[in-house]
Amino acid sequence: MARRSHVQTTINGETVEFLCEPRQSLLEVLRDELHLTGAKEGCNNGNCGACSVILDGRLVNSCLVLGVETEGKSVETIEGLAAPDKLHPIQDAFLENAALQCGICTPGFIMSAKALLEQNPNPTEHEVRYWLAGNLCRCTGYDKIVRAVLDAAAAE
Amino acid sequence: MLENKEHKVIGTRPIRHDGVDKVTGRALYGADFQAAGLLHGRVLRSPHAHARIISIDTSRAEALPGVKGIVTAKDIPDAGDKIADLGEGAVNLKYLCDNILASDKVLYKGHAVAAVAATNPHIAEEACTLIDVEYEVLPPVLEVRQAMEPDAPLLHEHIRTTSLGETAEEPSNVASHIQHKLGDPEKGFAAADIVVEREFITGTVHQGYIEPHNATAHYNADGQLTIWCSTQGAFTVREQVAEILQYPISKIKVVPMEIGGGFGGKISVYIKPVAALLAKKTGKPVKVLMNRSDVFEGTGPTPASFIRVKMGATKEGKITAAEAYLAFEAGAYPGSPVGPGAMCIFAPYNIEHVIIDGYDVVVNKPKTAPYRAPGAPNAAFGSETVVDEIAEKLGIDPLEIRLLNAAKEGDRRADGPVHPRIGCIETVEAAKAHPHYTAPNGKKHHGRGVASGYWFNIGLESSVTINVNSDGTINLIEGSTDIGGTRASIAMQAAEVLGISAESVNPSVVDTNSVGYTAVTGGSRTTYATGYAAYEAAQDVKRQMIARAAILWEVDEANVQFADGEFSSINGKEEQISFRDLCGRLGETGGPIVGSGTVNPGGAGGAYATHVVDVAVDEETGKVDILRYTAVQDAGKAIHPSYVEGQIQGGAVQGIGWALNEEYIYNDEGTMTNASFLDYRMPTCLDLPMIDAVIVEVPNPGHPYGVRGVGEVPIVPPMAAIANAIYDAIGIRMTELPMSPDRLLKAMGKI
Amino acid sequence: MRDFSYIAATTIPEAVALLGEKGESARILAGGTDLIVQVREARRDVDWMIDIKSIPEVNVLDYNAATGLVLGAAVECYKIYANDAICDAYPSLIDATKIIGGTAIQGRAGVGGNLCNASPAADGIPPLIVLNATCVIAGPNGERELPVEQFCTAPGQTALQKGEMLVSLKIPAPESNSSSYYLRFIPRNEMDIAVVGAGASVTLDAAKETIVSARIALAAVAPTPLFAEEASALLAGREVSDEAINAAAEAAQAIARPISDMRGTAEQRTHLVGVLTRRALNGAIQRVQEAT
Ligand code: FES
Ligand code: FES
Repeated sequence: MARRSHVQTTINGETVEFLCEPRQSLLEVLRDELHLTGAKEGCNNGNCGACSVILDGRLVNSCLVLGVETEGKSVETIEGLAAPDKLHPIQDAFLENAALQCGICTPGFIMSAKALLEQNPNPTEHEVRYWLAGNLCRCTGYDKIVRAVLDAAAAE
Repeated sequence: MLENKEHKVIGTRPIRHDGVDKVTGRALYGADFQAAGLLHGRVLRSPHAHARIISIDTSRAEALPGVKGIVTAKDIPDAGDKIADLGEGAVNLKYLCDNILASDKVLYKGHAVAAVAATNPHIAEEACTLIDVEYEVLPPVLEVRQAMEPDAPLLHEHIRTTSLGETAEEPSNVASHIQHKLGDPEKGFAAADIVVEREFITGTVHQGYIEPHNATAHYNADGQLTIWCSTQGAFTVREQVAEILQYPISKIKVVPMEIGGGFGGKISVYIKPVAALLAKKTGKPVKVLMNRSDVFEGTGPTPASFIRVKMGATKEGKITAAEAYLAFEAGAYPGSPVGPGAMCIFAPYNIEHVIIDGYDVVVNKPKTAPYRAPGAPNAAFGSETVVDEIAEKLGIDPLEIRLLNAAKEGDRRADGPVHPRIGCIETVEAAKAHPHYTAPNGKKHHGRGVASGYWFNIGLESSVTINVNSDGTINLIEGSTDIGGTRASIAMQAAEVLGISAESVNPSVVDTNSVGYTAVTGGSRTTYATGYAAYEAAQDVKRQMIARAAILWEVDEANVQFADGEFSSINGKEEQISFRDLCGRLGETGGPIVGSGTVNPGGAGGAYATHVVDVAVDEETGKVDILRYTAVQDAGKAIHPSYVEGQIQGGAVQGIGWALNEEYIYNDEGTMTNASFLDYRMPTCLDLPMIDAVIVEVPNPGHPYGVRGVGEVPIVPPMAAIANAIYDAIGIRMTELPMSPDRLLKAMGKI
Repeated sequence: MRDFSYIAATTIPEAVALLGEKGESARILAGGTDLIVQVREARRDVDWMIDIKSIPEVNVLDYNAATGLVLGAAVECYKIYANDAICDAYPSLIDATKIIGGTAIQGRAGVGGNLCNASPAADGIPPLIVLNATCVIAGPNGERELPVEQFCTAPGQTALQKGEMLVSLKIPAPESNSSSYYLRFIPRNEMDIAVVGAGASVTLDAAKETIVSARIALAAVAPTPLFAEEASALLAGREVSDEAINAAAEAAQAIARPISDMRGTAEQRTHLVGVLTRRALNGAIQRVQEAT
C-alpha cells in the first residue's frame, strides 16, 4: 500500500492536517477522515455535483480531486458557510423557497450557487440554469432551486 | 369527518423543521453514519445477465490483508417458500433472499453473489476481485414479448402462469395474468363511430434518487441487531430483515437516517441484510454502500412494458369502450406493478364497457421496484395518447373530450371500486382555464399537448405520539421518514388542532423501538395517514388538556371548551387559559401529558392530474425541448403548499426525463451500457423551464382536513402529454419511450 | 480503487524523467477529471500519478495578437473563457471549453488534458484542429512539435512516446476576416458526451462573401477526432452559399465512420455530421460577417 501522506490544508478558514492515501479523494478525506459529511457522494465520477466544494476559490467536484492534491490549498465546504448564529443568504433563500425536498443535493447546490454569485452577483435565470447544470436534483424539478438562487442574488 | 373550518396553520408555508440541518450540511444521511471500529463492506456482483453459479471460492480474497469477513447466500438461513407480506405488496421470501445474495442462479447483470467486509472500502473492493466465481452462462431474455414466447429461455423452472384462478401446466416466464372487465366490450365497440388501436413500448427507467443505498449494521453481544440506514420505511426494513435472517423483530432496531430520495425505490431491502450478515460474521459494525452503477444495475428500476390500447367513441366524443393489453417486465422475480397499471389506466374516464388484461413477466433485468405511481405512467402513456388521437380525429378539443367523459363520484373503475368524491373534472377545468392553454403557440415545429393521470393513493398504518412541553410547545414523535418536507406537513396538522404555530411543534422521526408501527413513506400516504395520526394524537392531547383545565377550575369537563388556542369555561365561571399557560400547569394538575394517535384509514382518496406542455422539435436533430409546462393536480387540501408544489414539479420533471431520454440501454449479453448519471441522462436544470404547479383542492372526505396524497400522480401524465405535443408539432405519433432524438429522426424518416 | 503513488513534479525535466523511469505504469495528472474516474473504474491501470500542475510551463496562458496563443497543457477551461482576448480570437475554443462537463469540471479540466485523454468524442479537440494548433511535446530528447490532428492515434492512445509529455499548445494568431465555431449534439443541454461534434473555421475575403479557406473537424464519428481535409478544401474559393456548405457537409459525412453505442446509433451520427457541419460552418461565417 502506498504510504499515507501528510497533508496540510485550510478548510473553512482553519488549518487542518490529515493523513491520506493517494487514492483517497478529497470527498473521502472530508467525509471519512475529517467527518465533514456535508459534501455527499451521489455518483463518484463527476456527474451529479453532490460533492461540490470550493477549492482555492473555484467550484470543483471533490470526488474528482485527490486528497493529496490539496496540500497548501484552501477548501470551503457547506459546513463553513453559516455563521454560528446566522445562515448564509443562499441558505436562507433555500429555506424560504422550499428549494429542497430530500436535501441530499442541497449542500452541493448551495456551494455551486455560492461560487456563481461570487463571480456573477446578478445572474439571469438562464445563467443560473447553465451554472447549476452539473448539480443533479431528482426531487424538486429545479424550479424552486432556481428561484432560491435568483432570490439570494437579489437579496445580496 | 371533514372539518369545515378556517385554518390558521394549514395552507401556510412555514420553514420546514429539518431545514436548517439540511442547508448547513449537518443532517445525517445513511452514508454519514460513523462508528468506532467500523468496517466497510462491498458487494460482488454478477458480470452475467443469466448464469448458473457452479462454485464460489473466497480463499484468495480472505487472504488479503485487511479483509475481515466474507458472506455468500450460504450465510442466509434457508427460507423455504414462505410468503411474507412486506411493504408494497406480497413478496415471496425465497425470491427476496435470492435477490439479496444469489444462491443457485444469477438472473441479471449486477445480481449480488458475495460480500466482503474489510478495514477500508478500497480493500473490500479489491477483495471482491479476488473472489472466484465459476458460472455456467445461460442465454438471457431481455424483453417482455420475447420472454413470453413459448421457447424463451426460462428464468425460473418452477414458475407456472396463474391466470384468472387457474395455474398452467408448463413452466413459463409469465408469472401471472390478471383481467378486469366491465360491461360488454364488444357491444361498446360496436356502438362506436371511431375506433383507435395502437401499440406502445416503454423503456426500463430508474427512480434515480441522488443518494445511493446504504446500510450500517451492528450486533451487540446480547444479540441485539441495530441497522442504521436510509429507507422509506424503517418498520418495513425490520420486517424484511427479520424474515430474511429469520430473526425476531424484537431483537432488531432500525434507525432511519435522513434519506436522499426514494420514489419507491428505497422500500425493498438490498444491502441491509448483507450488512447484518457481515456484522454477524465479523462482530464489528459494518457499513455497506452502493456506488452509482450498483444502484442502476442492482436495485429496482420500474418496468419496461408492451401495451396495446383500443378505444372507441361516438362522433360526439363519448367513449363507448376501451380495451387494454398490458405486459410488464417484472425483472428477475415476479411482482411487476401491472396490477396498479391496470387499476389506473382508464380511471380518468367513465366508460361503460372495458376489458383490461395484464401480464407479469420475468426477464433478466433487476427485480423491479415501485417508482412513483408504479405502473400507472406506462399505462397512461398508451391510453392518453389514444384519447388524444380520438379527439383529434373527431375534431374535438382534447380537454373537452376529457370533460365529456370524465370520471366522477359514483362512477365505477374498471377493476371494481366506485369512486368517492374525486377531482378529475376540476383538474381538467383548471387546465382549460389556465392561460397556458390558450396562449398562442403557432410557431413552426412547436406543439402543445395535454394528458391526464390517476393514482388511487393508499392509507395503511401510522402512529404518532405527542409529548407536551411546559412552555407550550409539543414534541411530535413519528415513524415516517421525511423525504420531502413531511415533518412539516405532519406537524402542521397537530398544530392546527392545538391552535399553536407550526414552529411550536418539534417533530422527530425515530427508530423502530421508539414509536408505534408506521408503514412506508410511499404510495402518497405520509401526509395523509401519518398526518391523520398526528391529528388524532393532537385530539388526544386536547382531550387531556380539557380535563386538566376542568381540574384547575373545578368544573365539569363538559363545561370546558377549546378554541383559537384558548381553553375557556362555559356555563357559569368566567375562566380562560391559553394552551401555553395550561402547559405550564400540568405538574399541578396531574403530571405530564402524552397524546397518541394510531390510524389505518381506508379513505385515501384518489388523486387526478392534468398536464399541459409546449415543446419545440428540432427537425434536423430530433431533439425535443420543453418550452412551457403546467401541471394541475387535485391535492384535496394542500397542508404546506410549497411542498405540494415541489412534489408536483419533481414528479413532472421525472416524467419529462422518462419521456425524452431516460432508459436502460442493454447490449445483447444483457449488460446495461449506460449505468451512470452521465449516460442515463436525467434532466438537468438547463433542460427545463419553470414548472407551473397548479393546486386544485377538492377535499377528500376520508381525511379530517381533506388531504389527498400528492406524490405519485404527477409522474403519470407527462409522457403522453409530451407525445401529444410532439404530434402537434410535427404530425407524428410517437409510440415508444423514450422519445429520444434517434427515435424521432427515425420516425421522421431522416435516418 | 487500485493503490497508486502520487508525485507532484515541479519541472519539466523532473516529470519527463519520472515518465521515462515508470513507463506505462505512470500517467500525468492535470485536471484529473478523466484520469481519476478511469482509475477508479479500473479502466486504466496506473501505479504512479505525476501531478504537473506546479510546473510553470504547463500553466502558461499567453495570447499575443501577432504571434497567437500559447496554451499550457494544464490550464483549466475556466481560465480560457475568462480571457476576453482569447474569446475574441478563438471563439470555437470558447464554445468547447464552456461545454466540457459542468461548471465544476471546468474548474479542473483543461484542453490539454482533453487532448491527452484522446477520446474520440472530446469537445476540445475539433477546435484545436480547425484552429491549426500545434502540440509542444517534451521528452527525453528535448522538445518536438506535432500538428494536433496527428496527436490522437486511437481511442485513449496518443502519439506521445515513452517519457514524453504535452507541455503546451500553440495556436496561430487568427487571420483577418476569420472566425470559428464548435458545436456538438447531445440529447440534453449539458453534462453529456458528444453524440457528434463539429468544428469549423473560415477565412472570408474582404467583402465577406467568398471563402478563402476553411477547416472542418469532427468528433465522435471515428476512433479519433477527424480533420475533414477534403471537405475543408472544397470550400476554398467558393462563394458563401448553401450549396457550398452542403457540399462540404456531404464530404464530411463521407469520411465519418461512426459506431453505434449507448450514446447514439451509427445512422444517427452520420446524419448528424451533415447537420452539425452545416451549422458549424454557418456559425463561423456568421461570426465573421457580424464582426465589425
Ligand atoms: S459525487 Fe462527485 S459529482 Fe457526483
Ligand atoms: S432535494 Fe432530493 S435530490 Fe434534490
